[in-house]
Amino acid sequence: MSKYYLNYLDELESEAIFILREVWAQFQNPVILFSGGKDSILVTHLAKKAFYPAKIPFPLMHVDTGHNFPETIQFRDDIIKELGVNLIVGSVQESIDDGRVAEEKGKNATRNALQITTLLDAIEANKVDCAIGGGRRDEEKARAKERFFSHRDDFGQWDPKNQRPELWNLFNGKHFQGEHFRAFPISNWTEMDVWNYIKRENIAIPSLYYAHEREVVWRQDSWIPNSEFLVIEDHEEIVTKKIRFRTLGDITITGGIESDADTLEKIAEEVSGMRQTERGNRSDDKRSESAMEDRKRQGYF
Amino acid sequence: MLDNNQLLRFTTAGSVDDGKSTLIGRLLYDSKSIFEDQLQAIENTSKKKGHEGVDLALFTDGLRDEREQGITIDVAYRYFTTPKRKFIIADTPGHIQYTRNMVTGASTANAAIILVDARHGVIEQTKRHSFIASLLQIPHVIVCINKMDLVDYSEEAYNKVINQFEEFSSKMLVKDVRFIPISALNGDNVVNRSTKMDWYQGAPLLHTLETIHISSDINKVDARFPVQTVLRPQNDTHRDYRGYAGRVASGILRKGDEVTVMPSGFTSKIKSIDTLDGELDEAYAPMSVSITLEDDIDISRGDMIVRSNNKPEAIQDLEVMLCWLHNDAAKPRAKYTIKHTSNEQKAMIKEVVYKFNINTLDRITGDTELKMNDISKVKIRTTKPLMVDSYRENRTTGSIILVDDATNETVAAGMIV
Repeated sequence: MSKYYLNYLDELESEAIFILREVWAQFQNPVILFSGGKDSILVTHLAKKAFYPAKIPFPLMHVDTGHNFPETIQFRDDIIKELGVNLIVGSVQESIDDGRVAEEKGKNATRNALQITTLLDAIEANKVDCAIGGGRRDEEKARAKERFFSHRDDFGQWDPKNQRPELWNLFNGKHFQGEHFRAFPISNWTEMDVWNYIKRENIAIPSLYYAHEREVVWRQDSWIPNSEFLVIEDHEEIVTKKIRFRTLGDITITGGIESDADTLEKIAEEVSGMRQTERGNRSDDKRSESAMEDRKRQGYF
Repeated sequence: MLDNNQLLRFTTAGSVDDGKSTLIGRLLYDSKSIFEDQLQAIENTSKKKGHEGVDLALFTDGLRDEREQGITIDVAYRYFTTPKRKFIIADTPGHIQYTRNMVTGASTANAAIILVDARHGVIEQTKRHSFIASLLQIPHVIVCINKMDLVDYSEEAYNKVINQFEEFSSKMLVKDVRFIPISALNGDNVVNRSTKMDWYQGAPLLHTLETIHISSDINKVDARFPVQTVLRPQNDTHRDYRGYAGRVASGILRKGDEVTVMPSGFTSKIKSIDTLDGELDEAYAPMSVSITLEDDIDISRGDMIVRSNNKPEAIQDLEVMLCWLHNDAAKPRAKYTIKHTSNEQKAMIKEVVYKFNINTLDRITGDTELKMNDISKVKIRTTKPLMVDSYRENRTTGSIILVDDATNETVAAGMIV
């Protein structure tokens, strides 16, 4: 009987598929939050598996900061076409134009926090009752306490001290009008698991994850890509480096690392030897010790 | 990591003083699962707080309130990987007011680590943690006798704890108990073998976690397939496809098997077991698949496909070991939604048979109020039958939760007797 067990990647895959099907069964109007980053691509891939041979029965939602890598947008549009699902875009630029949010000022200004309003507006406007995200518990200490099914009140807020207990595989998605849930099917995956799985399944990811030549500026201990949105200080110098990105976010705050890893094998090998966490290159998380917890409480991803 | 490496989920219960956080920090640190920027942050905090050296316990700090108060409030999940296995730690607080969190962490665990301070031996908290491990049927219990450095690494102190533990645990049902003398602070027998306890012949903790046999923890005999949702693609290649999507709860299902759909009782044969990666000849727990049947039967979420010669009980009166999870006490004869596999019905708690004093394991009768953290034996009546096995036989088809319809909160978790 000893052959009847799953290896760790198969078990994680099966768990994620189970969660995705529970979301579909328990909610009226779920969406996948799709950023074009590897984690949301992975969730989308798992959703394909969960509903095969039917297509993914809900739309993808992208919160567009306007500060995108062009490669990410191209990738998003391609995957929508391939899957034959709808795309909902929440635009931060529109939120700014409508006066819902105000742009941050100064050199390290980002649109990161502004996404919260746009996201919650898009959830409300589209009557979304469950937003499926690619958040992982190993990413950050506030996320370590996150549930698979995570309740949000009618202001979209997370109350970490008052979460519903989750036991066995019994998930309670009951909610009142106006409230919604976030669901995290890959909660139990680590960065290494994600890469090992992407490699095993040969999942397509944006070229930004592979080593490539790019104009960059050294800022806050990582290589920030040059773009039309970046304000260059007098003392800063634009140089061309062979880099790749470990995570993808806003082009203004996502730092790259110097690398020669240009295949999935090489990336997985490089990640296994990494001595820094992946969010170490994200200036949004460097602001304070509880930066993520504070944003999450307000309704962040 | 090798392709056939397994996943082991374990829980650690303990309070601030017994070295739980230090032990987890030590496991992560010595297995090289901590990144430099995390280490840097901990070094800075250690300095700020005036600690000597790096305080490994800080690795497990979570929410702001927890950091400020130096306690764990909620279950936190931590991950590490060795060349042999991937591990998920459900790190739970140990005080009596957090019993519910311990139960939560224990519900999915293959193994439990119970920490005992070598100086104090078995105390009430040890009994409580062991009781929860036994109640939740965690297959493997590892008792770590910690702070051996403070009792001069004495074999006598170690043996004393074992005797105390065996004396009280004889009442409980734990299949596999092991004892390891450790010092989490100094790293003795955590990842590396201690050089100070030659008298201990067993393996260090990490090696034990890497090698415990877990393949047989899942029930492989009773085939149970709760239907989560029905897949009807209605596209050109799959015009009449009707797939029953779910995760095998236990046992093995094969193409061609005679199956019965419960509760309707209709029988059919498995026509195919499908996945995106192709058709399978068999599916076993905990695989997620889509099953099609030879016959066109009305099946929906909440139904269960089982092998015709091995069926669960379909009953409306359940005896349940119930842990109350919510601040609001149970309302007498109130109705709740009961969730069991993918099924959902209304239910009423008809009777509280007895409550446990979870420190002494004594049964208390006559007190029928169910308050937060109480563990009791109750009788529940449901509006329609549930297809159940006893929790001892089957952790998936033997477990339930209760949801309060007025608040939508999960208020209780139960194990079917």
